[in-house]
Amino acid sequence: MTSPLPIKFYQTGTFTVGNRLLDVSVRSVQSDSQRNNSLNSGHRACQGCGEALGARYALDAAMRAVNGRLVVANATGCLEVFSTPYPESSWRVAWLHSLFANAAAVGTGMAAAMKVKGRTDVRVIAQGGDGGTVDIGFACLSGMFERNDDVLYICYDNEAYMNTGVQRSSATPAGARTATTPAVGEAPGNVMNQGKNVPLIAMAHFIPYVATASVADLRDLETKVDKAMRVHGARYLHVHVPCPLGWGCDTGDTIKVARLAAESGLYPIFEAEYGEITGRRMIRKRVPVDEYLKLQSRFSHLFKTTEGRARVAQIQAIADRNIARFGLVPEGAPA
Amino acid sequence: MNKPFAITLDIGTSLVNKTGTWRTERPVYVDRLPPCNNACPAGENIQQWLFHAEEGNYEAAWREIMKNNPLPAVMGRVCYHPCEDCCNRAKLDSAVGIHAVERFLGDLAIAQGWNVKAEKPSTGKRVLVVGAGPSGLACAYHLALLGHSVTVHEAGPAPGGMMRFGIPKYRLPREVLDAEVKRIADLGVTFCYNRKVEDLDALMKAERYDAVFLAVGAHLAKRAYIPAGDASKIMDALQLLRGVEAGEQPMLGRRVLVYGGGNTAMDVARSAKRLGAAEAIVVYRRTREKMPAHDFEVQEAMDEGVMFKWLTTITAEKDGEFTVEKMRLDEKGKPQPTGEFETMKADSCVLALGQDVDMSFLKQVKGLTVTDGVVEVGPDMMTGCKGVFAGGDMVPAERTVTVAVGHGKKAARYIDGYLRGATYQAPPKHEVASFDLLNTWYYSDAPATVQPALDAARRTESFDEVVGGLDQSNALFEARRCLSCGNCFECDNCFGVCPDNAVIKLGPGKRFKFNYDYCKGCGMCSTECPCGAIRMEPENI
Ligand SMILES: Cc1ncc(C[n+]2csc(CCOP(=O)(O)OP(=O)(O)O)c2C)c(N)n1
Ligand code: SF4
Ligand SMILES: [Mg+2]
Repeated sequence: MTSPLPIKFYQTGTFTVGNRLLDVSVRSVQSDSQRNNSLNSGHRACQGCGEALGARYALDAAMRAVNGRLVVANATGCLEVFSTPYPESSWRVAWLHSLFANAAAVGTGMAAAMKVKGRTDVRVIAQGGDGGTVDIGFACLSGMFERNDDVLYICYDNEAYMNTGVQRSSATPAGARTATTPAVGEAPGNVMNQGKNVPLIAMAHFIPYVATASVADLRDLETKVDKAMRVHGARYLHVHVPCPLGWGCDTGDTIKVARLAAESGLYPIFEAEYGEITGRRMIRKRVPVDEYLKLQSRFSHLFKTTEGRARVAQIQAIADRNIARFGLVPEGAPA
Repeated sequence: MNKPFAITLDIGTSLVNKTGTWRTERPVYVDRLPPCNNACPAGENIQQWLFHAEEGNYEAAWREIMKNNPLPAVMGRVCYHPCEDCCNRAKLDSAVGIHAVERFLGDLAIAQGWNVKAEKPSTGKRVLVVGAGPSGLACAYHLALLGHSVTVHEAGPAPGGMMRFGIPKYRLPREVLDAEVKRIADLGVTFCYNRKVEDLDALMKAERYDAVFLAVGAHLAKRAYIPAGDASKIMDALQLLRGVEAGEQPMLGRRVLVYGGGNTAMDVARSAKRLGAAEAIVVYRRTREKMPAHDFEVQEAMDEGVMFKWLTTITAEKDGEFTVEKMRLDEKGKPQPTGEFETMKADSCVLALGQDVDMSFLKQVKGLTVTDGVVEVGPDMMTGCKGVFAGGDMVPAERTVTVAVGHGKKAARYIDGYLRGATYQAPPKHEVASFDLLNTWYYSDAPATVQPALDAARRTESFDEVVGGLDQSNALFEARRCLSCGNCFECDNCFGVCPDNAVIKLGPGKRFKFNYDYCKGCGMCSTECPCGAIRMEPENI
């Protein structure tokens, strides 16, 4: 028998949440039975809520990175409403809610207060939904970036105002049906533009760290949170979190849908430091956008008419452009 | 009050809100039947032993095999691995090399001297096993584990049956076979060689056996009548293979015809090359597709330079010239003569036309019925005669070593029940973990480890083993290619992906539990379970 060589193959590698074949030190935060469970059981998020999951993923990773010395400001939205119907709270972190528009500013204030009190050990996260971030809270957010306040802002992007009944936000994707962008007659659902890309706008503030992540890639998300917590100054993390209710997908398919968003190229996952892209998550098994769109009733109208079909082609073009722009498939790989 | 940093409200207060009441479907952990296990004629729990091997826990893996099969090192070499034909991984890249890992474990066990002990206290019951082939050995082994006293009567001079006198050394080195048989003998099984049973009834009475397992194998070669000028030029396959085993150098000459299309024909043709024949030509009456030999054996024979003449029968021999007739397949795929003849020059011809069982010693056994040359048995492997069980080649089934081992195990369980005055109840079969029940996204991509085969030129010169084994590093790699179909392998996905923290992690080896107080029944755990071990079931509402 020849002498054993080091094995570099671990069955599921880091694709799964845990892996019994990997050393404990390199396993995910979520695989740890002692994880913080920052957002605990009993919350009132819908079945299969991606936002509830994304928030626990992100805050558990942050809690580990800063040894539990964390305070969180939360904008109004599902995440706040489903977690804290007074007097119940699901939070196992120091957590504060103020308004819909001002989470970034509250974060700024918390960071300033900690600085004044000399509590350099305590770190600050501000978080909210896409509506609270890319629309109504945007001025506060841009100010926080511009002043380089020591806050990590996390946006949980479910691509509409879910808590008030699925109204369009500027993060709602092309062609999606929402309560305010119905698909009637010639209307395509949401307009066929490419929305507002806040991660790229954040980069334009030249802040230390900007990243996108998804509930479909836990290890990537945890790594980014950990990295963000090791840096000071303004940081931004944009997490893709499917909403079964608003998107009209199966409650068991939340992660699958998020995975297809990334694998089709519609949701590019990357990171940037001081305005320069420094990393990208490569597509592993590229799929046409149809596979993503067809799981969601908010896009079902697109598959019923020839105009709709043409719009699907436009959405495919958006995905292709993302892939080219962010370099999401290796050079020379088949399209 | 003991509250975490900066927390003022009572923490965890949302725990009063039991969201489990929302549920219309509940997830349940299941163990589905992996397709490999389902296909294994010996009933091995392949997924389970690979699970241990994945962790490098080779001894536990080997012990898991030994629960069902006492011959892992043999099996890893000679089994036609129907498990791999059904392996779900084949739909991703290629099947897990199950036989290669099994062989590695079997060889490691021999090298390390691992042994097994009887599981049950001695019952004082005596069982006779007739035949020390794979079926008899397996039955003796399982009966010994169950506490019975077993004696094996074997007509030949050594154990193994067709594993010794049919399968050539280049497929199964004899030291491997001997080591695995010795382990069975060490369990207390008595072996009597050169002891052909002539009168079963008399023997059972004389030596006071409580039950008997018949596993005599098929050793009588089927013959075809070929008028020959020189009868010594025509011999049968078993005669040849037995001779080689005994160290003889049969006079085959330069050019050898092998008549038949089964695995034995391949064994003979490949052995003929090793015995110095320059040309070995397999003559078969149908086509390659219709050949009963396994495809990889045909391929290996071709690689070694064995030639094939399809759609041909041999009709006569005169002065080293064989007259052959061309055949054609009719609509039913049956070969029909065409009346077109030609001649082939050859120095000898080996008949590999199949084998029959010698049933002469069963004539006096009351109640036992023989139909089409095989003994009829019930689902419990018992013949028409009470207490007389049978298995292997002598009962109606596919004739392979693995099927025989499976019969031996199955019979042992029923014999044990019979001896204890009860009926063995086989556990219910679980639903098969088919490919569509898996979420294969989660498995890393990995090519198959190819066994280092000796190159074809070297192969034909000796009876050295043809296919090489795995070593520690690539055996582990190969084991880890297993998808663990239908059975939890503790990847933590359910524990991680639940938005409601409703999965409880019980610790290594203990798997998980659902907390139905909070589980809303979204089904994410089930969708994201890589191996299909979570089923959603409707709630009674
Ligand atoms: C100033 C103000 N306008 C409107 C609302 C009503 N409101 C509460 S939550 C919400 C939508 C939140 O959407 P988003 O930020 O995307 O979070 P989601 O619920 O989708 O997670 C709205 C419009 C409010 N609370 N405050
Ligand atoms: S509406 Fe959407 S975001 Fe809000 S709780 Fe339900 S699933 Fe989560
Ligand atoms: Mg939203």
